[in-house]
Amino acid sequence: MTGGPLVLGIESSCDETGVGIVRGHTLLADAIASSVEEHARFGGVVPEVASRAHLEAMVPMIDRACRDAGVRLDDLDAIAVTAGPGLAGALLVGVAAAKSLSVALGKPLYGVNHLAAHVAVDIVEHGPLAEPTMAMLVSGGHSSLLLVPDITQDVRSLGSTIDDAAGEAFDKVARVLGLPFPGGPHVDRVAVDGNSGHVFFPRGLTSGRDMERHRFDFSFSGLKTSVARWVEARERAGEPVPVADVAASFQEAVVDVLTRKAVLACREHGVDDLLIGGGVAANTRLRAMARERCDAAGIRLRVPRPGLCTDNGAMVAALGAAMVSRGCAPSALDLPADSSMPVTLVQV
Amino acid sequence: MLLLGIDTATSAVTVAVHDGDGVLAECSTLDARRHGEYLAPGITQTLADAGRTVDEVTAVVVGTGPGPFTGLRIGLVTARTFAFARGIPVFGVCSLDAMAHQAWLEDAAGLGQSLVVATDARRKEVYWARYNVCPAGALRRGEPMVAKAGAIADDVRGLPVAGRGAVLYAEWFGRRVGPLDVSAGALADLAARRLAAGEELGAADPMYLRRPDAMPLALRKQVLP
Ligand SMILES: [Zn+2]
Repeated sequence: MTGGPLVLGIESSCDETGVGIVRGHTLLADAIASSVEEHARFGGVVPEVASRAHLEAMVPMIDRACRDAGVRLDDLDAIAVTAGPGLAGALLVGVAAAKSLSVALGKPLYGVNHLAAHVAVDIVEHGPLAEPTMAMLVSGGHSSLLLVPDITQDVRSLGSTIDDAAGEAFDKVARVLGLPFPGGPHVDRVAVDGNSGHVFFPRGLTSGRDMERHRFDFSFSGLKTSVARWVEARERAGEPVPVADVAASFQEAVVDVLTRKAVLACREHGVDDLLIGGGVAANTRLRAMARERCDAAGIRLRVPRPGLCTDNGAMVAALGAAMVSRGCAPSALDLPADSSMPVTLVQV
Repeated sequence: MLLLGIDTATSAVTVAVHDGDGVLAECSTLDARRHGEYLAPGITQTLADAGRTVDEVTAVVVGTGPGPFTGLRIGLVTARTFAFARGIPVFGVCSLDAMAHQAWLEDAAGLGQSLVVATDARRKEVYWARYNVCPAGALRRGEPMVAKAGAIADDVRGLPVAGRGAVLYAEWFGRRVGPLDVSAGALADLAARRLAAGEELGAADPMYLRRPDAMPLALRKQVLP
């Protein structure tokens, strides 16, 4: 596969400065710099720290992506950039860099939705998306179920979290268990040796009435509090906390709800293809349970490799390339960064 | 030589094209909240007004602040990326120096021996620096600082003052002179003069003068009563 538009994508919505280059459906480069270690002692991403890091990493990542891909900036057909949602100050660094490339090179600019890009990244992993595709995005910033007839212009929201994002719950529970930030990989790691049936933690929004009002919505705040209470009660009683068992039990509750609702959404909307993306899609238990339940329901499951699930520039380039291929018009040079960009708006 | 000048350290989103002899074109928009929206179209517009194209630009010069962080970074990342994409150098000039230079260009004689530049640092503070007025220009004494206007020494505050800080905190400052915000034309002109004099220009690195606001992780909150 050597055909298709050559697109450079820039991502800076949170703490990763990502620059990816895609030709058609082929990933050529995925340069990424992360400020995650600078945030660890704060227990969460500090926007100003992230923005400062984006400024310093931007040109080096553009340079590295071009070298890795073996292309010159002049060869590009278009520039794509995450316009939102995300941290306002962080987004602005990427958007300004993308605009500057567009002006300096005379190339069209596409301002795209970060969430749609999480879905589109699987094009470079497993080829063009089925239309429609059901997409479940789970990360530290979002948890959504999306019906996607056309990733370049038609994304519909079926539900999302009404409180914490799934990844946020992992971070908070990791703190309770004394595990480092970001919590996702650490909970996943220690849970491997735990008994997931040790504690039955609540499955948010899965009971009768909630399933009517919040059929495809998620809630992880109650779960997180429930874990904290359970752990504190043990500590106060002077009993040891079985960290691996609690991590596994918590993870089981999250993954159970996510996969149950995703499969239900596919069934009810007559969709045969489920795609899971976002940082939490790197979780091994989520991947395993989704595989089991999709196989049982006759649903084809696609999950990008873990490195493409977390935030990166390749996903933005992949969506940009899909847009150029479909003949979508470029964005205007005065496009704003939109920190609360709705998931249904694919392009600004 | 064709310099592209950019500054976003004050309320102005300002772009200029300078050919070494003078400013060919300049576009400025006052909007402290929309630097990211006006800057790129401003570059296109300014080059068009100057009758030049992107491939004729030989260097980029950008204001390094100090200024509110989010706006400041937009100018810096735009300048760095433009220069990288065109394969040309990028230089930084202190944004307060550009304002002092403009005050000096406009009326050097009217300034007396010294002036202060004070811009809005938000949180009831100003970014400020003091300058000596010389035949060669306005020369900064020391590094720029951030402070409450009332905390700056009386004899410094009493000097002629340029910049928006002089309007926001008029009760503390003396006679107003020069511009309220940065002009990229003045910034590029200052850079062109320094280059012509054989001086080295600085890097396009931000002058933040403040650390990020962030509290290290507190002790875990208890959820049980
Ligand atoms: Zn994301």
